[in-house]
Amino acid sequence: MKRDWLPLALVPAIALAALPLVASPPIWVTLTVAGLAMGMMIFMMASGLTLVFGLMDVMNFAHGVFISVGAYGAASVLIAMKAEVQAPGLAANLAAIGPALLAAVALAGVLGWFFERVVIRPVYGDHLRQILVTMGGLIVVEQLIIVVWGPDVIPLPRPAALTGAFIFGDAAIERYRVLAVVVGLALFGAMWLLLNRTRIGLLVRAGVENAEMVESLGYRIRRLFVGVFVAGSALAGLGGVMWAMYQESLNAQMGMQVMVLIFIVVIIGGLGSVGGCFAGALLVGLTANYTGFLAPKLALGSNILLMVLVLLWRPRGLYPVGK
Amino acid sequence: MLSLAGVNTHIGQYHILQGVDFEVPRGGLTMLLGRNGAGKTTCLRTIMGLWRASAGRIVYEKSEVQGLKTPDIAQLGVAYVPENMGIFAGLTVRENMLLAARGGPPAAKRLAWIFGLFPALEQFWNGLAGNLSGGQKQMLAIARAIVEPRKLLLVDEPTKGLAPAIIGNMIEAFRELKRTDTTILVVEQNFNFARSLGDTVAVMDSGKIVHTGRMDALVADEALQAKLLGLSLEAHQ
Repeated sequence: MKRDWLPLALVPAIALAALPLVASPPIWVTLTVAGLAMGMMIFMMASGLTLVFGLMDVMNFAHGVFISVGAYGAASVLIAMKAEVQAPGLAANLAAIGPALLAAVALAGVLGWFFERVVIRPVYGDHLRQILVTMGGLIVVEQLIIVVWGPDVIPLPRPAALTGAFIFGDAAIERYRVLAVVVGLALFGAMWLLLNRTRIGLLVRAGVENAEMVESLGYRIRRLFVGVFVAGSALAGLGGVMWAMYQESLNAQMGMQVMVLIFIVVIIGGLGSVGGCFAGALLVGLTANYTGFLAPKLALGSNILLMVLVLLWRPRGLYPVGK
Repeated sequence: MLSLAGVNTHIGQYHILQGVDFEVPRGGLTMLLGRNGAGKTTCLRTIMGLWRASAGRIVYEKSEVQGLKTPDIAQLGVAYVPENMGIFAGLTVRENMLLAARGGPPAAKRLAWIFGLFPALEQFWNGLAGNLSGGQKQMLAIARAIVEPRKLLLVDEPTKGLAPAIIGNMIEAFRELKRTDTTILVVEQNFNFARSLGDTVAVMDSGKIVHTGRMDALVADEALQAKLLGLSLEAHQ
């Protein structure tokens, strides 16, 4: 089977194109790793949304609350385990990070399950009502976060082992960004294996294209819907805690703030495409970092410009799903 | 094997099926004919549970199925090939077939039989289904429906948009299928195709069945053909 590598090849192409513009190789290395790390975190948060849209045809504007709730759940654990977080050893840090990540995934997953049953299920097939009720759900959950955790920004210092940077010559690469790249790659690899090497993955890919036909073949797609929605919410929670530790703080609106980038990534990648979401997230991360350095005033608009250019090239996204 | 009695289907504000009554006898091939918009596709989709019957009974193998969900109907041994073929374009031919085989990977003997019917599928086995030609996609859609033995096969306009040479191949494939235990119900507008294969026939018009009987009797009666089927079918001959 012939694979389309061109969209993925854009990632190194943009990185190499930026090298002469940045001029300084050490700064270029730092920016590239920062861009890749940012892209990986956006991928974690966006991959669930693209699958939910592709498989269930649901426009979930409340996806950001799973990011926020995951981050708050993890922050509660990290704050409670302050001693382990601040301990100099990696083992002690991991003893705190592990339960924190689990809390983020579990809390966001449970909220996703509840959200699908109560908010989404009554409005399947009706985009206008989906937008209205998910926006409503977003506001309600944001307010509940404020009720439970308070309205103030919560500082979230990174565990001791993840602070500082690796120094290679004149280039400084933050340890946390390396971790983000590693976790993002591992997650993408796991999702790729799940989607391409298992029967459930086959069902998900087929369901994204034509859910009705999957039902006609004898499979109960509704159960798959719930599973994908919960998994997508849990991934958003994982991305949320990674993003909060990257920002070193969190607030109730953090999920909504990052949703603009997530929507851009999902659209650039092709609605429903995990591979497209991965390539799109890396492009967005790199573009944001290079532009932020080269032309800070253009940084805000650079991703919109990227989206316009990609859609001019491929109107249905980098890897369009064959609906 | 399958009978519909007084079946009504509403889609939004439209009343499409208005009391459909007909039977599909066990074994052989029944053709469901009629003009565009007569309700043939709606009829197949209602049998399959993709649209809900608002009244009437659909009895399959002595059990009423009009209240069942689509996956449950499929699991009773009913396979469906929709008008748009329903191919998963982003999956390979192999993956399309694997997905349709609910009981595990398809048996080698069964696959060999299917490759005998549709040799192109073996040639493009690991290629993306979206890259197949229209005729090859139709072959895949039918092959997918018969990858495991099914009791009832529902096929919606298998010749739509196909070149005459491919239609010839399709007729041969259906003849081979008729030699199995599978009962087949085909919606069709191409009368040449229909009369080559049909054992029994039902004709629809304006959401109702207006004629049922033997296909050879309809073929022999040109006046009846003209009355029931009119110009829309002549245009396909």
